[in-house]
Amino acid sequence: MAEHAFVTFHVDGLLLGIDVMRVQEVLHASRNTRVPLAPPVLGGLINLRGEIVVAVDMRRQLGLTEAPSGAHRMNLVVRTSDGPVSLIVDDIGEVVQPEQGEAERLPETLRGPIRDLATGIFKVPAGLLLALDVDRAVRLVGHA
Amino acid sequence: MEEVDETVTEFLVESYENLDKLDRDFVAFEEDSSRQGLLPSIFRTIHTIKGTCGFLGFSRLEALSHAGETLLGRLRDGTLPATPERITALLAMVDAIRGMLHSIESTGTDGQDIHGPLTAELDRLATLGPPEGPGAAPVAPPAAGPGSTAAAAEAVAPAVVSAPVAAPVATPAVVSAPVAAPVATPAVVVAPVALVAAATVRPPEPAHPEPSGPSVAESSVRVDVALLAQLMNLVGELVLTRNQLLQHTHSSGELGLGATTQRLNLITTELQEAVMRTRMHTIGSVWAKFPRLVRDLCSACGKQVRLEVSGQDTEVDRTLLDAIKDPLTHIIRNSVDHGIEAPERRLAAGKPAEGRLSLSAFHESGQVIVEIVDDGGGISVERVRNKAIERGLLTVEAAARMEDRDVLNLIFVPGFSTAEAVTSVSGRGVGMDVVRTNIERVGGSIGLDSRVGEGTRIRIRIPLTLAIVPALMVWCNGDRFAIPQVNLVELVHIQPQDVARSLERIHDAPVYRRRGRLLPILSLGEALGLGEMDTQAGVNLVVLQAGDSQFGVLVERVADTAEIVVKPLGRVLKELGVYAGATILGDGGVALILDVMGLAQHARLLAEGRSRFQGEAQAPAPAVAVDVVRMLIVDGNDGSRIAMRLDHVDRLEIFPARIIERAGTVEVAQYRGAILPLIRLSNVLVEHRLVPRFVRNKYEDSQRVPVVVHTVDGRTVGIVVDRMHDIIEERLVNLRPASRPGVLFSAVLCGRVTEVLDLDWVVGSLDRESRATSTPRRATRVSGAAGISFPSRPTGEVHDG
Repeated sequence: MAEHAFVTFHVDGLLLGIDVMRVQEVLHASRNTRVPLAPPVLGGLINLRGEIVVAVDMRRQLGLTEAPSGAHRMNLVVRTSDGPVSLIVDDIGEVVQPEQGEAERLPETLRGPIRDLATGIFKVPAGLLLALDVDRAVRLVGHA
Repeated sequence: MEEVDETVTEFLVESYENLDKLDRDFVAFEEDSSRQGLLPSIFRTIHTIKGTCGFLGFSRLEALSHAGETLLGRLRDGTLPATPERITALLAMVDAIRGMLHSIESTGTDGQDIHGPLTAELDRLATLGPPEGPGAAPVAPPAAGPGSTAAAAEAVAPAVVSAPVAAPVATPAVVSAPVAAPVATPAVVVAPVALVAAATVRPPEPAHPEPSGPSVAESSVRVDVALLAQLMNLVGELVLTRNQLLQHTHSSGELGLGATTQRLNLITTELQEAVMRTRMHTIGSVWAKFPRLVRDLCSACGKQVRLEVSGQDTEVDRTLLDAIKDPLTHIIRNSVDHGIEAPERRLAAGKPAEGRLSLSAFHESGQVIVEIVDDGGGISVERVRNKAIERGLLTVEAAARMEDRDVLNLIFVPGFSTAEAVTSVSGRGVGMDVVRTNIERVGGSIGLDSRVGEGTRIRIRIPLTLAIVPALMVWCNGDRFAIPQVNLVELVHIQPQDVARSLERIHDAPVYRRRGRLLPILSLGEALGLGEMDTQAGVNLVVLQAGDSQFGVLVERVADTAEIVVKPLGRVLKELGVYAGATILGDGGVALILDVMGLAQHARLLAEGRSRFQGEAQAPAPAVAVDVVRMLIVDGNDGSRIAMRLDHVDRLEIFPARIIERAGTVEVAQYRGAILPLIRLSNVLVEHRLVPRFVRNKYEDSQRVPVVVHTVDGRTVGIVVDRMHDIIEERLVNLRPASRPGVLFSAVLCGRVTEVLDLDWVVGSLDRESRATSTPRRATRVSGAAGISFPSRPTGEVHDG
């Protein structure tokens, strides 16, 4: 776990990270087509060079507050077994590689969707980094 | 090249490839005889050629390949060693076969040459142990391998070993599918070997000139379907890029760029069409197996059936062909097995002993229609009806109410056709729901029509292609959506000032009056949960076909039509049931493609009529869907609630009372250029007698009178009600027998006991009135007459929901 490097990003003030090996690319927020009737975590569909990619709104996925309207957000495109999926996040941070000893257990008090998605917590210079499970982060259904 | 049958062409292409492969295999085997694993593959190849040419009637070719097969069989089984001489003879055979194939290609026959010496040589090599031929004399029997031991023994005591030698040869029954051959073949390597072969057992020169043009194998190439799919995707991307470029060019206004873009536009279109064509296959390629299937089925069930095919050149996208192959096979099997009667029964019924099964395909409005027609026993509507009731798919009322065609199409409903009893009763059955599911999966539909004693007609509709479809782009609440044009019937623009008048809303069910019929409509914005639409600039009504019924979709704006590339959506989005996919537009944006059938179901518009059966593939409980009907609820004057089926209602009108006049004893109104007889519902129903009187209190001139206009048998009447209440869509439950004339039965609708009106009886009251006033008129209409699918009043058979 600790050997991994993480791409960090912010969502509603939280510092989160995803395994760098699973990240395909980072895009500025592109035009997003909303999908009526779809689960709310679906932020929309984006055109990724001719491929239609599902974008997951990480604020909704994590049960956080809605993004202020007009906010410039970023697309973090990750690889999944069903092709690329984009995570809509507030902004992208650095790539960090925490050392072995810096991993911490998730505090018991951490509950809700974040706990479902988090795999571990690390002390990094920028603060506490919550590592997320990519496959759970891209899921459109099945969260509490 | 002369006209060569398509089957033969396929055989040639396949065989050339196989022969090239054989050359390589033989050479590889000879180089390293330890590779015994090659022999079965070689054997299979020759066996396939032999089998196919026997089937096609090329007897000389068959004889030669048979000789080779026999020898190969023994080599494979190890009863004979693979000496160079034997390999040489086999290679000579390959060359001879190739020569014959060329002959077939150019003249249509396998040539005059019977290759007697070569066949004899092969036979000799296959039967004798140590070779005796002049060319092979110096070759001693190889010392290694069990095969050689057997061969040596054979030479010493032929009588003893002949039986075991013969036994393995007689087992080429293991027929395998043709081995898939790679695309390109390095035939060059083979040539020298073939020359060597010719030195030993030289096949006589071909009796025909070499074909001058490219041979079949050279003019066609086998391409991996996945490669074609990739090509198709790339072309799709190119189309999108072209669209974007066109938009930019329009805005830039540069002349030279415009011309170039225009050229690119044309080329792209042509490229798109060409690539589409590569995916096209004639439907005949799927049908080719059917004559054999029918023949085998006939001998299995003791029937005589003639299979007639037409339109086998109709081209369909390859993926679609694959999708309909199994359903078609299933239907044909059913037709022969259950549809067409045994010869004795046919003769007894005055039909020719030989049944006719016809298979035809043709293009119609951008779709491919496949029809399977038999002149067999047909399907009894009553039996299907009874069976459906027995299986609990329908209530007695729902079944009686259904039109015959709908009843027949029940055989496609899951849960109906699984019973073996149905097969023996109705003549169709097992797995028809699977057939329908498979066809609907590729956007097709299936329908059935049958007459007892005359036969059955099954009609399958499939789209030409799935990859690129023409679509109508519409706007709704700031979003764009694509509607496939296959579903499009017409577009109606409603001016802002007409919106309120044209679109009526009875309670929450909006309807549009279109040429005298009420068209159910849905607002796209509301259906998708996007909120109220802006109707300031008027609205557009997109009239769509879903199955056999139509409905209208209200959108803000209709943009234009476009060829769109369909991209699949993920599972989660597909399961919403309202989107067929997504596409990328010229400006790079993404638009969702609406699934018309799903949308109508989502909005619960298609709960009645036959559309119900077309669209309920996903419905887990058909019984529920079957019983749901849309009813107009009106108030009876005595506080009771009366319901009538909405699909029996033409229009809902509000007449000012002053236009109501009298003609004799009947109230009438001038309506759309004709005289509309009016029936006051309260008068007919409230008095419990058969001959109601019509002379009643007059309406006040200022009063507004709600009238339900109803047409039956070309006769239009207006039913005056006290108040229109609501349009509901509900399952009929808790049915109770009627308590008074004019009522079919009572049911609980929206939590209230409601009487369902017998419209026939109500219309018939006009005639009874006429008779009562001794004016001779047409005979009293009988309940349940044609055109009305309500049953006659249920009596004893009504059961409580």
